[in-house]
Amino acid sequence: MSNPLSAFLRDYLTVGIFASLAFVLVGLLLFISWLVRPDRRQAQKYIAYESGVDPVGDMWSQSQVRYYIFALLFVMFDVEAVFIFPWATQLEVFGFFGLIEMTIFIVILLLGLVYAWRKGVLRWV
Amino acid sequence: MTGFVAVLAATEDIPTPDVDWSAIAPNLILMLGGILLLTVVSVVRGRLPGWFHAVWTISVATAAIVAVVPLWQRVQDSGPESVLAGALVLDGFSLVVTATICVSVILAALLLEAYLRRERLGGPEWYVLMLLSASGGVTMATANDLVVVFIGLEILSVAVYVLAAMHRRRVSSQEAGLKYFVLGAFSSAFLLYGIALTYGATGSTNLSRIQAFLADTVITQNALLLGGLAFMLVGFGFKVAVVPFHNWKPDVYQGSPTPVTAFMATAVTAAAFAALLRVYVTTFGPTYRTEWQPLVAALTVLTLVVGAFLAISQTNVKRMLAYSSINHAGFVLLGVLAASAAGDAATLFYLVAYTFMAAGSFAVVAVVGRRGDGHHDLSDYQGLSRSRPGLALVFTILLLSQAGVPLTAGFLAKFYVLAAAVESGYTWLAVLAMLTAVVSAFMYLRIVVTMYFAEPEGEPRRPRIPAAAGLAMGLCVVGVLVIGIVPGPLSDVANDAVSQLVAVGR
Repeated sequence: MSNPLSAFLRDYLTVGIFASLAFVLVGLLLFISWLVRPDRRQAQKYIAYESGVDPVGDMWSQSQVRYYIFALLFVMFDVEAVFIFPWATQLEVFGFFGLIEMTIFIVILLLGLVYAWRKGVLRWV
Repeated sequence: MTGFVAVLAATEDIPTPDVDWSAIAPNLILMLGGILLLTVVSVVRGRLPGWFHAVWTISVATAAIVAVVPLWQRVQDSGPESVLAGALVLDGFSLVVTATICVSVILAALLLEAYLRRERLGGPEWYVLMLLSASGGVTMATANDLVVVFIGLEILSVAVYVLAAMHRRRVSSQEAGLKYFVLGAFSSAFLLYGIALTYGATGSTNLSRIQAFLADTVITQNALLLGGLAFMLVGFGFKVAVVPFHNWKPDVYQGSPTPVTAFMATAVTAAAFAALLRVYVTTFGPTYRTEWQPLVAALTVLTLVVGAFLAISQTNVKRMLAYSSINHAGFVLLGVLAASAAGDAATLFYLVAYTFMAAGSFAVVAVVGRRGDGHHDLSDYQGLSRSRPGLALVFTILLLSQAGVPLTAGFLAKFYVLAAAVESGYTWLAVLAMLTAVVSAFMYLRIVVTMYFAEPEGEPRRPRIPAAAGLAMGLCVVGVLVIGIVPGPLSDVANDAVSQLVAVGR
């Protein structure tokens, strides 16, 4: 206990115990349900569920990639939100300095959006 | 519940740092220059001419160099300062690296202008990314905090990943970008893990606080700190391509557009070595030198030997230069290993000299590569002395400088580094380094012999030399010769540019 490093590592023991407990619990539940449930295989049970579409053709088909750019833009604003929310809750604490910082941050991101807009990214082809 | 209320009630202002705008002016100029260029091209209707972007980039980099000069005076007069509440440090070392990065931006922009015109590629994005990347490099060089080092590294790297893959029509360019990205992300993770362990061991990420803590305290159980040092060394090692972590370098250098390769070989190397030196020599040097020096010595041996021997077995000139840059990295590492004021100055001198040598060499490669950027085989250099005598002469001077022939910058750079290593007791390593220099000299001479004495198959080709590329080559040759013949000013600057950490309040 006198050793600070082993005390530090001991804290991780709790994490390890919880992690292994999680595995044991999930395994146990799956095992019990496998033990209890009836097992009647039918062809209908193997098709796509509810409104799912029946798969047709080869799985190496080409798909439309025009979404990736929206995904990229989404990530940009997602990260923006990650920074803005904590700042907004602590607005008074950060004061005027925080306001300027956040304005600079948002303006830089907006310039990126302007560039993307001018590049015609936002137009649906 | 009461704790929650207490947090809500506590609305006293957190201390915000005083921003000394003039101290971060070079970095701000680079960053704003990049962002403004992007804004201008998106606001202006119609396409701007290609030269506009290059002129803008060169002006911005020149302005940043101009901003460095008064700061240099300030540091020489009143000593180093810590800026932005200890996040950055303003000292001679960081300023010289800043200027070096700006010079490499200028040289790469000149090459890029000629290159984009020839390849019929366009767009301001190349220049914007280069300016932003340079500002990341400057952040790294001025960082006084491990987290700031990491942020700088990411700004620097992410832009370069994209630049490496910017040549749309070349598959090898995309391959280079992807390879660099995957391995770079991997190495960033190593660096970050090392930073986390170091924080765990010392209780701070601020370099001056770490230094002060280690000076006051003897850690009895230093496994965490040693682990942190090792992991950070891996992270930096990837960036500067030290040998067990060098495998990406030949492929990425070969695949990337040649001006981008020139930028990587100069700016990225300089920034990464600056951060490496500041963390290992300046921060951990006084207390933990004996722990990391054997590790770095082993890496240096591997880097020198592998870089030299693999270079001679190549037939592609771009790959040869990539391997030779690994050998050069070994020499710079020798300066870091010395862990002394002389070692710092030698490292800095080497980085400046190498900027001119590498940028100039890759400029020749870019021109000889012709349209498509694919003619990099040794046989493409046959008969160059007859079809383009000037180009052959320029390449010869630059290669001789890389080999370390007297009267060129490369000779003195190698000399200072070796002297610093010998002074710190690494005589055996200095001898080994000289032997590898002989081995790589064979490789450089092989290119020279091919240019002058090999009979070309078929008619000799005359590659076009665009004005901008010619200007870049001229600047590099002048730089190499001036540093080689009149080394006094640069070595004075390097000796004055000591890397220092400034104690932070609180």
